[in-house]
Amino acid sequence: MAAEAKTLAAAVVPTQTPPHPFVEFWGYFKRNAGAVAGLTLIVIVSLLAIFADFVAPHSPFLTNPDALLRPPFWAEGGSFVYPLGSDAIGRDILSRLIHGARLSLLIGIVVVSLSLVVGIALGLVASFFRGLTEIAIMRLMDIMLTLPSLLLAIVIVAILGPGLANAMFAVAIVVLPHYVRITRAVALSELSKTYVVASRMCGAGLPRLMFSTVLPNCMAPLIVQATLGFSTAILDAAALGFLGLGAQPPTPEWGTMLADSREFVLRAWWVVTLPGIAILATVLAFNLLGDGLRDALDPKLKR
Amino acid sequence: MLRFIFTRVSLIIPTFLGVTLLAFLLIHLVPGDPIETLAGERGIDPVRHARLRAEYGFDRPLLVQYGFYIAHVLRGDLGISVITHQPVIGEFAALFPATIELAISAVLFALIIGLPAGIIAAVKRNSIFDHGVMGISLTGYSMPIFWWGLLLIILFSNTLHWTPVSGRISVAYFVEPVTGFLLVDALLSGQEGAFRSALSHLILPMIVLGTVPLAVIARMTRSSMLEVLNEDYIRTARAKGLPPHWVIGVHALRNALIPVVTVIGLQVGVLFTGAILTETIFSWPGVGKWLVESINRRDYPVLQGGALLLGSVVMSVNLIVDLLYGLINPRIRHTR
Repeated sequence: MAAEAKTLAAAVVPTQTPPHPFVEFWGYFKRNAGAVAGLTLIVIVSLLAIFADFVAPHSPFLTNPDALLRPPFWAEGGSFVYPLGSDAIGRDILSRLIHGARLSLLIGIVVVSLSLVVGIALGLVASFFRGLTEIAIMRLMDIMLTLPSLLLAIVIVAILGPGLANAMFAVAIVVLPHYVRITRAVALSELSKTYVVASRMCGAGLPRLMFSTVLPNCMAPLIVQATLGFSTAILDAAALGFLGLGAQPPTPEWGTMLADSREFVLRAWWVVTLPGIAILATVLAFNLLGDGLRDALDPKLKR
Repeated sequence: MLRFIFTRVSLIIPTFLGVTLLAFLLIHLVPGDPIETLAGERGIDPVRHARLRAEYGFDRPLLVQYGFYIAHVLRGDLGISVITHQPVIGEFAALFPATIELAISAVLFALIIGLPAGIIAAVKRNSIFDHGVMGISLTGYSMPIFWWGLLLIILFSNTLHWTPVSGRISVAYFVEPVTGFLLVDALLSGQEGAFRSALSHLILPMIVLGTVPLAVIARMTRSSMLEVLNEDYIRTARAKGLPPHWVIGVHALRNALIPVVTVIGLQVGVLFTGAILTETIFSWPGVGKWLVESINRRDYPVLQGGALLLGSVVMSVNLIVDLLYGLINPRIRHTR
């Protein structure tokens, strides 16, 4: 669809060379303040995650029996030694949050790449080989969508056993149907277009048709879905961690940190509040970015 | 219309079979001996093991076993809990009303706030109110609700002491279960205090569970209203001199609601996902908490049966929403 809109625009104004697609995209994107804010936050979180070993003031696992449940520096009794306070066994919360960013982004990357790759493959296969193959794949996806997402993830973790790797795998399976459905829908609409017919006439083989001719034109909605998929992945993995089915203590995963802190709700608000803020901010940033990407990539909304 | 109903209903059969297959395989895929998994015992003596094996039909081919399983499921036999030794379906039936009560209140909460917020945001497009609603709803949509619940407990239960921390009703009251919905039962029993207690226990879980649907409904209502407000018939209605609230409330809203109804239907799955977390935080005695506990206790028959039942509920609700949608919107039932 994006390709069609661009050729149309070029036909209307033939004297000008059209701007590079990325320049055009950036022009739309930067007008959306929310999306830019989201991108900025993601860049900051990514930098913190990459340089966690240098940025974090303490080790995320180092306990200090002399500094249990210290409040953050601005609260009474807090100090800059533990800027955001310490948890019940004297670990620095700031350091754990920074290392948690690493895990959350890792979860996002693993889940999204896994579901994206498998989803694209299944979606393309469904759209190219109609008939029974398509029915089988799409029915299976419908069944997966029928079960509440967290319930399906819980069932998968129950089979594989709790742990971060299994939780990531479970979340990747749970979100898979969305990618398959999008890929199939877009690929089907592309398949009826003349450029695909032309490519077929020129003797392009199936893999070439699939991945080189059709797939690039399906990317816009997939990029949007993948960005939004980061937020789903981080949220779901944190939810599993919170239920004790994801990353296991002492891993500094944000959801697991929250689960650990539940019993201190009454005494130490910072142990509970801060990991949640980290999750919310990161998820919100990816949602803002995803919305911005959708607006910038969707030719229907372009003025 | 009959054909539409028929095709839509027949689609449910393969989906149901798929969900049962998944539930069936669960017992076989869980690490360990399936018989010990089902009986909930380790190191069963060989004689009893063989007897159980024959009893459960594990000596038959897998496909036959699956056939037996379906037959049992259709008769309402979903196995026995390893911990309580009660039939899974009975436990589910006892706990499900609590989940339904919570879910319905959450949807009502989401509708009562989300619909007006979405409508006003659309009518006052680009105003501060509009930006506020959009900002808040995106935040609500991104909310880790298990954390949101803890925050509300800190604020309303611990600091302000307005609401209780957990459970469904104060232990001081006994309410005769009639419908299973505590609010209704408390009203029926005529104890005003019991009703108040049940209501105060419900408020926080309701807000927590309603947050994501609220955000979705507000966003959906706004965008759907914006689309409808640009239609010619709205301009006609305005040109005829109809009062603005009439144009918005009657002409626009009726058409704008169609996609919103679909979205609410699709929220059922999201709602049960949320219920699992919400019930865990607030110790709400519903099926979500029951399922999470079943994993921690390695009570696989409960997990198997519960997942199947919850999946069936979501499937049925989706079916009903689809049929209703076809009823409201003739375009849908004729295109299939």
